[in-house]
Amino acid sequence: MLKVNDINVYYGAIHAIKGVSFHVNAGEVVTLIGANGAGKSTTLNTVCGLLHTRTGSIEFLGQNLAGIPAHKLVERGLAHVPEGRRIFQQMTVEENLEMGAYTQPRSGIDPNLERVYEQFPRLKERRKQVAGTLSGGEQQMLAMGRGLMSNPKLLMLDEPSMGLAPILVEQIFDIINRLHHAGTTILLVEQNARMALSVADRGYVLETGKIVATGTGDELLHDEAVKKAYLGG
Amino acid sequence: MEFLSYLISGISLGSVYAIIALGYTMVYGIAKMLNFAHGDVIMVGGYISFCAMSYLELPGWLSVVLAMAVCTVLGVVIEGLAYKPLRQATSLAVLITAIGVSYFLQNAAQLIWGASPKGYTPLVPALNAKGEPNALQLFDGQLSIPYLSLLIMAVCIIVMVALTFFTGQTKLGKAMRACSEDKGAAQLMGINVNRTISVTFAIGSALAAVAGVLLCSFTTSLMPTTGSMPGIKAFTAAVFGGIGSIPGAFLGGILLGIIESLAKAYISTQLANAILFAVLIIVLLVRPSGLLGKYVPEKV
Repeated sequence: MLKVNDINVYYGAIHAIKGVSFHVNAGEVVTLIGANGAGKSTTLNTVCGLLHTRTGSIEFLGQNLAGIPAHKLVERGLAHVPEGRRIFQQMTVEENLEMGAYTQPRSGIDPNLERVYEQFPRLKERRKQVAGTLSGGEQQMLAMGRGLMSNPKLLMLDEPSMGLAPILVEQIFDIINRLHHAGTTILLVEQNARMALSVADRGYVLETGKIVATGTGDELLHDEAVKKAYLGG
Repeated sequence: MEFLSYLISGISLGSVYAIIALGYTMVYGIAKMLNFAHGDVIMVGGYISFCAMSYLELPGWLSVVLAMAVCTVLGVVIEGLAYKPLRQATSLAVLITAIGVSYFLQNAAQLIWGASPKGYTPLVPALNAKGEPNALQLFDGQLSIPYLSLLIMAVCIIVMVALTFFTGQTKLGKAMRACSEDKGAAQLMGINVNRTISVTFAIGSALAAVAGVLLCSFTTSLMPTTGSMPGIKAFTAAVFGGIGSIPGAFLGGILLGIIESLAKAYISTQLANAILFAVLIIVLLVRPSGLLGKYVPEKV
């Protein structure tokens, strides 16, 4: 579904992503793990069109994404739930979700709202509430729900567990599992490697802009080097 | 009774400021820039309407429509040529460009229409065909409210209600609010941020044209610098009410008009502007985000 081919990304003179390649098949949950500054978020931001590659290509559903602006990718089925949630704090929960369905025809909004409210009953309770007043966990649910409103073929989640209490982290990963079983294809970027690998079909380990290891979730969970570096021994 | 008539005159002057301030505040809210050329778009609107009425002999209402059309195009062109290339630049660079555009428009107007003031025929003349004042007489003629003032106030309220509906209920309006909060996230929703900014400029400039016609009807004269002082006052009104807030711009504009009118009547005509800006400074000292400045408690 998604094929990233030997991409190089620069921030000015800084070479942030050095020849990264990976792919995501339909129905899979694939995770990119790695430490702070390894280039995980940069990779996602490049896939969704916010950043641009200098060399290399990104193919989504068989089409090259070069030169397509970020806002056009949503129509093609790519949804990105960015790091730090980035919900619209001054808009209501429902308005946030409506924005998620911006590219959808009017008739598609209500069924999607129903579906998201079914996944996240808490959001339904708070639909008229201003999003800035939600708790951290609820804001993350809102960000994910907003991403699902565009009927994405591929959902990209950037650090969904960031800054959440352990119990909420578990909830978020439960949701990811549920989405997976419902057939959603997910590309997950996480610092919480253990959780990410336990829900993922496959994973890639990023280190200073390069992929240093890859395998199934289980393989990586039991890989000695990965254990040492990311799973706390 | 005298006080009441000053008050009403203040409210109608304030309504003009409010319409200008609404344009300012919308552009600031979405593009996060102070469009100092906004006042000069008002002046262009005034001239277009003046030319339509004097040279093409069109009726007043049609001249307003024409002025709105020209200013809408002008606003979008200014945004596209001068501001869009600076989207990633520092806000200071954009501010200086806006000041440059402002002087450009003033000088262009001077070249085209000359520096000497033109007499503007108000949309609603002060006297009717029989030579009586064109005004609503109340309390046995003790209080007289010009129909022009009533028109200005009505237009202001219509504009305010329409904008509130637009930003609160329509898809494009909500997309504007999304852009105003977080352009990156808005893009991830599939919102075309550049187009949304252009639409904002179009709306703001159309409002500027309306404000231009009303302002010239009020002052009955027109010159290339006509827009600059009201522009600055309307900017003040927008800050006063809380920049970025639509009800804030409305409230700020009306209050500013009232203060100006009462200061002129009871204190000093010369000092009116000084008093106006002094009040602004005091309000900002007490409430830095303006009267209705947005404050949303945010949990992270």
